Amino acid sequence: MSEPILEAVGLRKRFGAVVACDDISVAFGAGELVGVVGPNGAGKTTFVNVVTGYVTPDAGHIRYRGREHDALTPRGAVALGIARSFQHPQLYASLSVLENALIALAVKRKEHASWQPLKRKWALDEGHALLERFALDEVANTEVSQLPEGRRKVLDIALSFALEPSVLLLDEPTSGVSAREKFALMDTVTGVLAQTEMTVLFIEHDMEIVERYAHRVLAFVEGRIIADGRSADVLADARVRELVLGIAEGA
Amino acid sequence: MSADSGHARRLLGVAILVAILALLGPRLVGWTQFLLTVALGESLAVIGVALLMRAGLVSFGQGLFSAAGAYAVAYAMRLWGVHEAFVLLAVAIVTSIVLAAVIGPLICRYRQIFFAMISLAFSMVLYSILLKFNALTGGSDGMEVPAATVLGFHASAGGLAASYYYLTLAWFGAALFATAVYCASPVGYLARAVRDNEIRLEYLGASVRDVTFRTYLFAAALTGLSGGLFALSVGHVSPTLAYWTKSGEFIFAALLGGTSSPFAPVVGTVVFESLNSYLSASFPNVWQMALGVVMLAIILLLPRGLWSIYQTLAARRAR
Repeated sequence: MSEPILEAVGLRKRFGAVVACDDISVAFGAGELVGVVGPNGAGKTTFVNVVTGYVTPDAGHIRYRGREHDALTPRGAVALGIARSFQHPQLYASLSVLENALIALAVKRKEHASWQPLKRKWALDEGHALLERFALDEVANTEVSQLPEGRRKVLDIALSFALEPSVLLLDEPTSGVSAREKFALMDTVTGVLAQTEMTVLFIEHDMEIVERYAHRVLAFVEGRIIADGRSADVLADARVRELVLGIAEGA
Repeated sequence: MSADSGHARRLLGVAILVAILALLGPRLVGWTQFLLTVALGESLAVIGVALLMRAGLVSFGQGLFSAAGAYAVAYAMRLWGVHEAFVLLAVAIVTSIVLAAVIGPLICRYRQIFFAMISLAFSMVLYSILLKFNALTGGSDGMEVPAATVLGFHASAGGLAASYYYLTLAWFGAALFATAVYCASPVGYLARAVRDNEIRLEYLGASVRDVTFRTYLFAAALTGLSGGLFALSVGHVSPTLAYWTKSGEFIFAALLGGTSSPFAPVVGTVVFESLNSYLSASFPNVWQMALGVVMLAIILLLPRGLWSIYQTLAARRAR
């Protein structure tokens, strides 16, 4: 791996008696596509939440491009270049798909307090271009509340992508999406991401998805990383097969 | 979706409305002109309430800024001897903005019922101050507001109502245009984004607190202006401007008109003031009940307000 862009160093997070992150140390290089697997309650989402400032770690820190950060806030993470999507898409449900995109792009341009029209010609072009990349342009004028789950997931990712982050964390991008649509969704998303140098981590329960798309896999169990390596190697690991996939040896 | 080439279209829309109202002015009989003067001035406070509602914030204390603007006009006349209406109204706006800037950082930390109750609490504190400090405020009697000059001209007693009508119309047009610009800009859309999803907004890198604070300041400026216009056109200020029922009337009018367009609260206020005047004159004993029935009907039949009728018709025509 080249110089790591993002490192977690000794991250610990406890919720009462439950240790969700237990001394997690791991590094990610530029352009990596990393699958994060593990049973429910293994600490995957907590790890993403700590890295993106959604929860504060009890101990440890994040090192981003060589600089240490003890506790990030969501805006602090975004300012560094770390963006995320959510298991349950976080969108502006009463606005159209295009308006969601335009808001993300306006914030990216630091136009939080601008009194210029949001829907200027060039801004609309930029919004449509973003939606086209994610195959959402045909529903540009649809209110988000009317979208099916798969498209909401893609839009959630597109909004994060609009920020042009260096690191993008996707929390279960295919959960709640039909089996038929899962691969189309991942093809679209990874197709866009492949044209960038973004480091992408995605939490996933579907091992077919992980096997097909991840270059590297982290396996979490009880708040610890029990395996980290090439996807084929990790998915063939005996402990991962037993503790994550639930396949007993010899079965 | 068509591109928004600038704010010229908005300026034109507001200019047409103001021109129609200006042409209508001389044709209105005395009491209807006064009613419209008060309604247009008050509609600015209702727009302020509607803007907060678009950001998911219901203010039960917007009367705070209405009273602040009205009393600022009265005090500027009394203490500083200012009699020019444009200066007095500028004082009303600045007073409200300063007040909002002081309490806004605290109040904008809260949402839902907590925002509603804290805004109510602040307005009731001002109400009590205005009521109890008799020597300074005139207590429950309030204070008289003498006739002001408009651009240096003293209107005759007979022409005062007309001069205030056009004064109100000028400020109403400017404030409505500012609101239309605000709603079409990122700062206006971000307020709607706050209502829908604060988490996503923070994860885009925008500050939810900044967005709500800006909205709060803008709403306060509009409401302060509204209070100032009320003080001038009615010629009297009293603590009831800060009382919670006044804020309730603003919410009532906002729900009546809707919040989806800057024009919707204007429609709501004009209808509300007309209903209020007609019902209280025709049914002096049961007019509040009649207003309640109207409110129920609106909530049940037109949950997005009267403006939704126009939107439905416009959508049908577009098909």
